[in-house]
Amino acid sequence: MNGSGRLDAVAWARRLGRGEARAVDLARAVAARVRAVDPDVHAYLAWDEEALVKAAEEADAARAAARAGPFAGLPTAVKDNLTTVDFPTTCGSRILEGYRPPYDATAVRRLRAAGLALVGKTNMDEFAMGSSTEHSAFGPTRNPLAPDRVPGGSSGGSAAAVAAGMCLWALGSDTGGSVRQPAAYCGVVGIKPTYGRVSRYGLVAFASSLDQVGTLTASVRDGAALLDIVAGHDPMDATSAAVPAGGCLAAAEEGLSQGEAAWRGVRVGLVREALGGGVDGAVAARVEEAARALEGAGARLVEVSLPTLDVALSAYYLVATAEASSNLARFDGVRYGLRRQAATAADTHRRSRGAGFGPEVKRRILLGTYALSRGYYDAYYVRAQKARTRVREDLLSALGECDVLVTPTAPDLPFGLGERTADPLAMYAADLLTVPASLAGFPALSVPAGRVDGLPVGMQLMGRPFAEAALVRLGAAWEAMRPWELPVWAEGGEGR
Amino acid sequence: MSATAARAAASAYELVIGLEVHIELRTRTKMFCACPVTFGAPPNTAVCPVCLGLPGALPRPNAEAVRYGIRLGLALGATIRLRGTFARKNYFYPDLPKGYQISQYDQPLVEGGAIDVPTADGGVRRVRVVRAHLEEDAGKLLHGEGEARVDLNRAGVPLVEVVSAPDLRTPQEARAYVAELRAIAEALGISDVRMEEGSLRVDANVSVRRRGEEAYGTRVEVKNLNSLRSLERALAHEGERQAALLEAGEAVAGETRGWDEVRGVTYALRRKEGEDDYRYFPDPDLPPLVLAPDAVERERAALPELPAERRRRYAQVGLRAEDAALLASRLGAARYFDAAVAAGGRPREVAAWVLGEGARIENEGGPALEAGGLPPHQLVRLLERLERGDIARTAAKALFERLVREGGDVDERIAAEGLAAVDDPAALAAAVERVLDANPRAVADVLGGKEKAIGALVGGVMRALGGRARAAAVEAEIRRQLDGRR
Repeated sequence: MNGSGRLDAVAWARRLGRGEARAVDLARAVAARVRAVDPDVHAYLAWDEEALVKAAEEADAARAAARAGPFAGLPTAVKDNLTTVDFPTTCGSRILEGYRPPYDATAVRRLRAAGLALVGKTNMDEFAMGSSTEHSAFGPTRNPLAPDRVPGGSSGGSAAAVAAGMCLWALGSDTGGSVRQPAAYCGVVGIKPTYGRVSRYGLVAFASSLDQVGTLTASVRDGAALLDIVAGHDPMDATSAAVPAGGCLAAAEEGLSQGEAAWRGVRVGLVREALGGGVDGAVAARVEEAARALEGAGARLVEVSLPTLDVALSAYYLVATAEASSNLARFDGVRYGLRRQAATAADTHRRSRGAGFGPEVKRRILLGTYALSRGYYDAYYVRAQKARTRVREDLLSALGECDVLVTPTAPDLPFGLGERTADPLAMYAADLLTVPASLAGFPALSVPAGRVDGLPVGMQLMGRPFAEAALVRLGAAWEAMRPWELPVWAEGGEGR
Repeated sequence: MSATAARAAASAYELVIGLEVHIELRTRTKMFCACPVTFGAPPNTAVCPVCLGLPGALPRPNAEAVRYGIRLGLALGATIRLRGTFARKNYFYPDLPKGYQISQYDQPLVEGGAIDVPTADGGVRRVRVVRAHLEEDAGKLLHGEGEARVDLNRAGVPLVEVVSAPDLRTPQEARAYVAELRAIAEALGISDVRMEEGSLRVDANVSVRRRGEEAYGTRVEVKNLNSLRSLERALAHEGERQAALLEAGEAVAGETRGWDEVRGVTYALRRKEGEDDYRYFPDPDLPPLVLAPDAVERERAALPELPAERRRRYAQVGLRAEDAALLASRLGAARYFDAAVAAGGRPREVAAWVLGEGARIENEGGPALEAGGLPPHQLVRLLERLERGDIARTAAKALFERLVREGGDVDERIAAEGLAAVDDPAALAAAVERVLDANPRAVADVLGGKEKAIGALVGGVMRALGGRARAAAVEAEIRRQLDGRR
């Protein structure tokens, strides 16, 4: 469907629907790709070729009987912090090694209901705490575009799987940028929906007030279609929004067909602080260039200011770690997961947690415990929440002046493996531009915006709450203007 | 120090008691999931990913539990907070699946209110309630040989915790407060209020101070008080213990203590290092609890009669204060009483049977009156037959017990079992004659002026007639025949 002749997932679904290809062949091609590539990339923690092929066969049969949904049989990857009954769910942690949940996450249930075929579970920073996927207890994932560099994180496994053609699309989760930043680093599309848009039931919590299931896809309309599948109110999640979902795919198609015209008259807010200090000059230049292209298409560029950008990162790390310190208390060696038996219950807790959690998780639990402790609560947690409110007000006011805010997704290019593991603060800085939308709960989209030295640069579009359709419409229009190369996947397979 | 000396020392001191009462709510499902609220089910059978605290599972609040909380708050005359929050109380314990308990902290559902506790002299004492909040219960540890197992059936069962001000001054008052709160919860239909099954649990904060002093002493928390009797005994013991320490010039340690029912003493569980730090913070999984004002008004309109109103009403229909209080504290008995009075029974007489024979049968392991085989209108019928003299009192009591235990119709049983009083003068005369002949000594005593001895003769005749005679008629016949023997 675009210049390279490669297909995105939606195009593949249509070929399947027209009987031009079979899901089972697609599944086999994807499996072959996993076998060939994943020993180097390590995107998957677990995958099951047999189950994948079987699910694809069922989709073909259903389609033959005209009982299949439009996306039935598409090979799909799922981040390992979404519970699945047919795969272990480890969250990249020793403490959950081999753990098999007795229930599917709501998002996973919806994938299955749409007839998608699961490939497997993707690698991630332990409990989603990290920006490089190097904090996985089961070894890092490599960036398929640059094997000595990180794929970003924490949904690095999902981003790499999409980028390397080891699935057609994938679910990730985004707490402070964990979908968008790896999408940017791997040259794919990432959507972090509005908080409450997708059920968190079955998403193993890192920071409950920030976590949101998101999509990693080859194209914007793939993200739109996958979001339509998983979005919508869920009574099992009290924070899930009772707001009608759907309509994103249609909006993306509209943007694709409109191209430049979709941007005419759109007020584009260029966030001043996001193109200055702390942001790689070459990255900023790519995004400014993209902005000028939008202007050329008829958009009105508005310079806006987010004065809270500098406090957002600190506020984020306090709120997220505070919630994490409580969310991760359940991993105590009593009911499931790793247990190191000791003479007393308290020592069993200590030893199990000591052996089961990696250093980054321990660091954040300590930080969060400290922030919630008596005597520090007001100075840290309460202040961070106040800062959070200001970030939200800032974003709202900026989005009052314009229709969409534009920043680089990440302040820099994919960094080298091992480059930042010894420097937590440098690692945290990778989230600088993604945490504001997380703190505010607003939707954001990362799309490829060209390359620097062969490495991908991501552009982030932020919109108003529940305005995903508007975002993907603009994103797809951008894709029509500047199509990027779709992932090299299923080489030699049916898709060429 | 001897027990006597301890009590002497204690009398110079005053107890200051505040209570935290946990009431398990009798909702159909748990506080944050759809598991049934059960008692006595096999371990870990009423559980799901949510109450097991499995990774990824999320809580969702039970509206029924919220309504029950509102109802209790209204019954306490408290303020219902229209916007509350759930908070996490973080601590590690093997019976706590998530490593935190979902509770309420700075924004509880219920604030303020009071309980008017009936006192021994028939008056009331107003005990302020500071707050009442909703929370989830933890599981239970089952201790075995060298191991402990965890049963999570109870984990997530809704609780309301009612916190009193330190307004209580004696163990008896504390007991009366809990009894009244229990009666209120029972009247509201929000709990089974069975202390022995743990559906009502009490922790007490206890300190002592020299009488007349304003400042509070060091507070000790006493836990595991599983009956009203334990509560009263534990508080009395703890007060004496603290007074004795102060009297000996020692300090009371701020700590948590348990109650040893067998030895009748409290014992140190753990020292409080300052205050425990539970790192409370608003639960990000649960949006604020926002209530519509009309939801509160609906509960207010549906409030049933509360124990205090019941006591007043019973006093008005002529019951003694003691009986009114006793009856009002037992909902089943009170409802039975009301139905019997509505069916035409005389209040005092019905109360006497309900609180006398009825309570006795229940205490001896029989069914509660309201659950037994004698419906209220049948009791009224029995009392009518008794009053008309159709059945003797002794026989009526025996029949009452049989009916409560086995069921049946009063009139049919009286007819079928030949319980109707013996009205045949000849049969009565014959029985009296036999008894007088068989008891020459008693006859001589009566004739000799020892009036009391006639009781034995009446009893003898009653026994001879199987209790079916009227005592007055028997005594008259005895006197008539004795006159003949002078």
